[in-house]
Amino acid sequence: MKLSVWTYEGPPHIGAIRVVAAMRDMHLVLHAPQGDTYADLLFTMIQRDGRRPPVTYTTFQARDLAGNTGELFKAATCAAFERFKPQALLVGSACTAELLQDDPGGLATALGLPVPVVKLDLSSFSRKENWGAAETFYQIVRGLADPAARPTDREGRRARCNLLGPTGLGFRHRDDVVEVARLLETLGIDVALCAPLGASPADIARIGEADFNIVLYPETAGLAAQWLERSFGQPSIKTVPIGISATREFIKELAAIAGVDAAPALSSDQQRASWWSRSVDSTYLTDKRVFIFGDATHVIAATRVASQELGFKVVGIGSYSREFARDVRAVADRLGLEALITEDYLEVEATIALLQPELVLGTQMERHIAKRLGIACAVISAPVHVQDFPARYSPQMGFEGANVLFDSWVHPLVLGLEEHLLTMFREDFEFNDAKGASHLPVRPEPVAAPAEPVGGDLVWAVDAERELGKVPFFVRGKARRNTERFAAERGVAVITIGTLYDAKSHYSR
Amino acid sequence: MTLTAVAKSAESPCDAPQLPFEIIGENGQREVFCGLAGIVWLHRKIQDAFFLVVGSRTCAHFLQSAAGVMIFAEPRFATAILEERDLAGLADAHEQLEDIVGRLLGRRPDIRLLFLVGSCPSEVIGLDLSLAAQRMTAKHGVKVLNYSASGLETAFTQGEDRCLAALVAEMPDERPGAGPALLVIGSLPDIVEDQFRRLFAELGISNLAFLPARRSGDLPPVGRQTAVLLAQPFLAETARVLEARGATVLTAAFPFGAEGTTLWLKAAADRWGVDELTFRSVVAPGRERAKRALAGQRELLEGKSIFFFPDSQLEIPLARFVSQELGMVPLEVGTPYLHLRHLAAELPLLPVSARLCEGQDVDRQLDRCRSARPDLTVCGLGLANPLEAEGLSTKWSIELVFTPIHGFEQAGDLAALFARPLRRRDLLGIGP
Repeated sequence: MKLSVWTYEGPPHIGAIRVVAAMRDMHLVLHAPQGDTYADLLFTMIQRDGRRPPVTYTTFQARDLAGNTGELFKAATCAAFERFKPQALLVGSACTAELLQDDPGGLATALGLPVPVVKLDLSSFSRKENWGAAETFYQIVRGLADPAARPTDREGRRARCNLLGPTGLGFRHRDDVVEVARLLETLGIDVALCAPLGASPADIARIGEADFNIVLYPETAGLAAQWLERSFGQPSIKTVPIGISATREFIKELAAIAGVDAAPALSSDQQRASWWSRSVDSTYLTDKRVFIFGDATHVIAATRVASQELGFKVVGIGSYSREFARDVRAVADRLGLEALITEDYLEVEATIALLQPELVLGTQMERHIAKRLGIACAVISAPVHVQDFPARYSPQMGFEGANVLFDSWVHPLVLGLEEHLLTMFREDFEFNDAKGASHLPVRPEPVAAPAEPVGGDLVWAVDAERELGKVPFFVRGKARRNTERFAAERGVAVITIGTLYDAKSHYSR
Repeated sequence: MTLTAVAKSAESPCDAPQLPFEIIGENGQREVFCGLAGIVWLHRKIQDAFFLVVGSRTCAHFLQSAAGVMIFAEPRFATAILEERDLAGLADAHEQLEDIVGRLLGRRPDIRLLFLVGSCPSEVIGLDLSLAAQRMTAKHGVKVLNYSASGLETAFTQGEDRCLAALVAEMPDERPGAGPALLVIGSLPDIVEDQFRRLFAELGISNLAFLPARRSGDLPPVGRQTAVLLAQPFLAETARVLEARGATVLTAAFPFGAEGTTLWLKAAADRWGVDELTFRSVVAPGRERAKRALAGQRELLEGKSIFFFPDSQLEIPLARFVSQELGMVPLEVGTPYLHLRHLAAELPLLPVSARLCEGQDVDRQLDRCRSARPDLTVCGLGLANPLEAEGLSTKWSIELVFTPIHGFEQAGDLAALFARPLRRRDLLGIGP
């Protein structure tokens, strides 16, 4: 049993719905108790879908448990098939139905429907949403791929690839697909199939016809891509093109695998972000302290962009994707950090409060945490919120994606000369750091970092405390901690102004 | 007896009421929340209570999604998520639950009442939460109660019904020789509660209590002198257990709009023997304000057709309100359950042209809605945007639960909830 207040991931069947809701002509019959239909609103309200997700729920109740819930499932399946006429059916159980052991797969197969039936086993009491999405996509590909489908002879035709991974409720999946498809067009590579987003079961059947796969989101497509590699010999491109350097790497890999010239794509005039970052006003980005948390793909990519392309100092990274913990840890290792792998937002909040970053790149949960702590924040990963579905085109991938990252990460910061002015003339009643930067909404006074246990009876002299108040708010917590640690290590009982500046000089070495 | 059951037994020589409505009973896919949804408002209402759901990751995810926006101040609810090994051994699950509760109460010393809330999986595996609650009450010195809000047992607002029924068991017996007391049941926003308190005081009804109270320790006594007024139509179980404790449930319309609120207050006034003149003079100012507020909205809404999908059980009283007080035309009024007894004062006020539907088969109901093309459709969040995309105007039903709508002073706000989607359509120049 695990105590949970807010969760980063829903149950596995939510992952299954994210897959099927992204597809066409596919229908999911989910054996689930009354109430589980709440999942529909995630799609109709957060993503603003103009259609209901293609899911039929059995919505059984206590009185049905006394009877035959298997019959209920069969009736619901028949009715769903008659009404929606899908090319293929997906069947499975949500958590409570799993306990009933009705075997939806067996029951649906026994109905002898004239379309393929793909069965899901979702392990609801041990797995979570992203695993559910990956498993569902894998089962769909495995169940529907035509084993005879193979690429035609490469002579005289353009290379063809599959784009794998985008789902419903994904973070900017809609726009990433457009951006990557544009890039492929520049390279002269055809997209044979994009799945799950926009694919029908008939499209999936032809998945083997592509020369290779592009795994856009390993969380959802990794498992299926591995299977395709084994079964169809299709190689996969696993570089995720988020950020300038990753996009360039991605282009070179594509050029190599497809035997095309990388130059036209590499010389794209879309690449504003790298010049923006070199522009002298961006000097102020140097060593901005940033904390990064989210799904593994976006965290790994954001870490690279933050540290190498924007010149931030990454002070902590973490992920809720346990399945990819090793990859995240490896990235943290290279930066001399320890990755925080957790599903507990309280732990994430405590870490952020302790590290006192100037910018948090996270999910909607971190957005709330950062708001409470008075720290700037940009969202980089699911779980998503209605704000993560902007009306405008706003990809994360490709060169345009890099431009979007630059804007959305830099604008929340206090920058440039304003940062100096705010701290130089601290006693100006209209323009001071308590009021925040002029382009940002008024911030609450940041919550002080939790006092680390400092040894002995350490006290601050009144004037030293006042001097500390003149340190810019976004580094004040860190200054306090450093000074106290410095004093404790040297057995200083009373922190004076002198101690404060001694500590400053000590830690700036 | 529910309405469908009545309709089915209409040929038998029982004394079922002859209802003049077309009635449909459906038993297909229900597009409603489970009772856990009630926690979203109950945990704000009872300020020293904590709700611990014993359930699955789905329960936790639902609560988070139903809250719509995350209430990021540490909420007074959480989920103890059952895992594989909890299913294997119930003894172990009990031990783990005790451990979680111990830590929770240790961290939140302000909590005076803890609800262990049963869910679909906890019920299917047969976890005995009432036993656990008794043990924990003895161990921690904090009152621990339990109720089921599972989708197996409850639809949406029925979760509150079960919660309040659990509280009734804790209410003390009335003292011998106690005078008559009025008990209003159903969570009301604090501001509405205060408005009603003033009105009842003016009517001379001062021995008054609300369930749930804002503090868990303020449970009123109950007994033969207690008269119960339902502020919400979904409290059948709570009413039943109060009756079992000797209380009398008053039959009344629900306090929506000028008429509904007047009739609701009248039921209590009659019980207390308040004379007609006093009653009229007490309600007149509020009633007039409500009527004035409704008049403006009525211009826009009169003659407009409306279709209710089942959601909170507020549908019948609200259909009565929009037809009687705003001149709208209810085409179909769906409700998860129809408790005839508690709607006895409402149904006669509903136009007989309305079709009633108990239960749901969402796809068929959508077919009927599409073919009826109502001017306004009241439905859940899962259906609203898809219907808008098909050109229908919708009102999210959940807003009717999360907004102060009871009483004279909120009558105009309630009407505005129905008017806003239509006004918006006009503003944006969207044709019918």
